[in-house]
Amino acid sequence: MKPAAFTYHRAHGVPDAVGLLTDLTAAGEDPKLIAGGQSLMPMMTFRLARPSALVDLGPLRRVPSMTAISESGGTLSLGALVTHHAVETAALSPGFAVLARAMRWVGHLPIRSRGTVAGSLVHGDATAEWCLLALLLDAEVVAEGPAGRRTIPAGELFHGFYATAVDPDEVVVEVRFTRPAPHAALTEFARRHGDFAIVDAAVALDLDEDGRTSGGRVVLGGVAPAPVRVPEAEEVLAAGAPADDALAAAVADAAAGAIDPPDTDDGAGVSAAYRRRLTRTLVADACRQASGAAR
Amino acid sequence: MTDPHLLSLTVNGAEHEVVVEPRRTLADVLRHDLRLTGTHVGCEHGVCGACTVLLDDAPVRACLVFAVQAEGSEVRTVESLAGPDGGLSDLQQAFTDHHALQCGFCTPGFLLLAEGVLAEQPDASREEVREALSANLCRCTGYQTIVDAVCATARARQEAR
Ligand SMILES: Cc1cc2nc3c(=O)[nH]c(=O)nc-3n(C[C@H](O)[C@H](O)[C@H](O)COP(=O)(O)OP(=O)(O)OC[C@H]3O[C@@H](n4cnc5c(N)ncnc54)[C@H](O)[C@@H]3O)c2cc1C
Ligand code: FES
Ligand code: FES
Repeated sequence: MKPAAFTYHRAHGVPDAVGLLTDLTAAGEDPKLIAGGQSLMPMMTFRLARPSALVDLGPLRRVPSMTAISESGGTLSLGALVTHHAVETAALSPGFAVLARAMRWVGHLPIRSRGTVAGSLVHGDATAEWCLLALLLDAEVVAEGPAGRRTIPAGELFHGFYATAVDPDEVVVEVRFTRPAPHAALTEFARRHGDFAIVDAAVALDLDEDGRTSGGRVVLGGVAPAPVRVPEAEEVLAAGAPADDALAAAVADAAAGAIDPPDTDDGAGVSAAYRRRLTRTLVADACRQASGAAR
Repeated sequence: MTDPHLLSLTVNGAEHEVVVEPRRTLADVLRHDLRLTGTHVGCEHGVCGACTVLLDDAPVRACLVFAVQAEGSEVRTVESLAGPDGGLSDLQQAFTDHHALQCGFCTPGFLLLAEGVLAEQPDASREEVREALSANLCRCTGYQTIVDAVCATARARQEAR
């Protein structure tokens, strides 16, 4: 038994969860929500996190909207408790199929069976695939707090070093992806398959009928304290060119040149130059995969 | 502040009620409260997969689930695999036949992971089996024989249909 002691509270509805967070905080507790527990539990076993109370969102799996996957009018909506594995096996339209394809990079099947979309985004790891995908496809996070609901665009979500714009008394209820991208790909490098990436890259290409780009997105993880879009690389896509190997190389060069990656990571001894080289390789790969995707 | 909870869960078809501290993991409840010590515990932070069980049919890390989160759920552990006469299941027999275990510490986790995968993908290709089994660590076998055993079981079950 490794985690520190805590009191346990089951939430039976979203308002109930918000109420529990508010009441426990008022009583001097330090409550935390638990969804899949696949990030929070390792943090608690290492005692990097020691919440004095846990509010379990598990019973809310019975609330249909919390596990719903639905698409309408070019927006894909995922309930907060949708698991990585549910997305991996969902029949998504071509505009959002990149989400399903990217799931194979998230840990392993037993992690994906429990870990949730909202948990991943609120945890906010700078290399988490969901965080990159949120920036790639213009996600909006719908959070409910004591004062009601608000919508947080992905661009304002990640403050870096695991800090996000979701307040401690808020419960994420839904994540909406508002920018379909039929030509998109995510790829990454980790020393062992299933580990968090050292660097990961996601690319979406806006292609016209002749296969020329008219814009797009380039998103990187592992090169800054938070996942980032790379405007310098996106400008290359906006300038318009055939989506071929030359373009992939130009986008990759622009991305590698624009970033200022950290020099080391927790004793892994990964240099800034190494992250830059990974960036160049991965962005080029992602461009090539994206131009082939959904053809 | 131990805050004990009365927990009911179904393990291998039998209903159990136990009183647990919330910080007790499902792996610890299985091993210490229910004395089902077939589920092994290696890293206790989700990396090795030794503790893999089926929770409502999905393979999960039992060290990354607080037992209180499993209230009302159905758990399957390695103890459920053998037949009523105690004989090995087809998958367990395949592990023996293909030398898919040496020390055996990782085996319960691999067995339950494989059962979870084969239930969802009965026709999984060798590549898909490899990908799925990469979730768990084995320090002895070098993995190839584990993949062999799972693929052989998948094939035999398909043929028996
Ligand atoms: C071995 C291993 C490998 C992994 N590899 C990867 C990987 O390669 N890539 C990757 O992205 N992830 C990886 N993960 C993490 C995994 O994806 C987690 O599932 C995910 O990060 C968190 O989701 P969760 O539902 O488990 O959240 P929890 O662990 O339950 O919670 C995480 C945080 O989010 C908060 N939270 C959860 N739900 C809500 C909500 N609805 N509203 C507000 N706050 C909420 C919690 O309070 C907590 O702070 C790995 C985990 C393990 C154990
Ligand atoms: S003991 Fe659970 S994954 Fe290692
Ligand atoms: S057989 Fe020894 S760890 Fe796998």
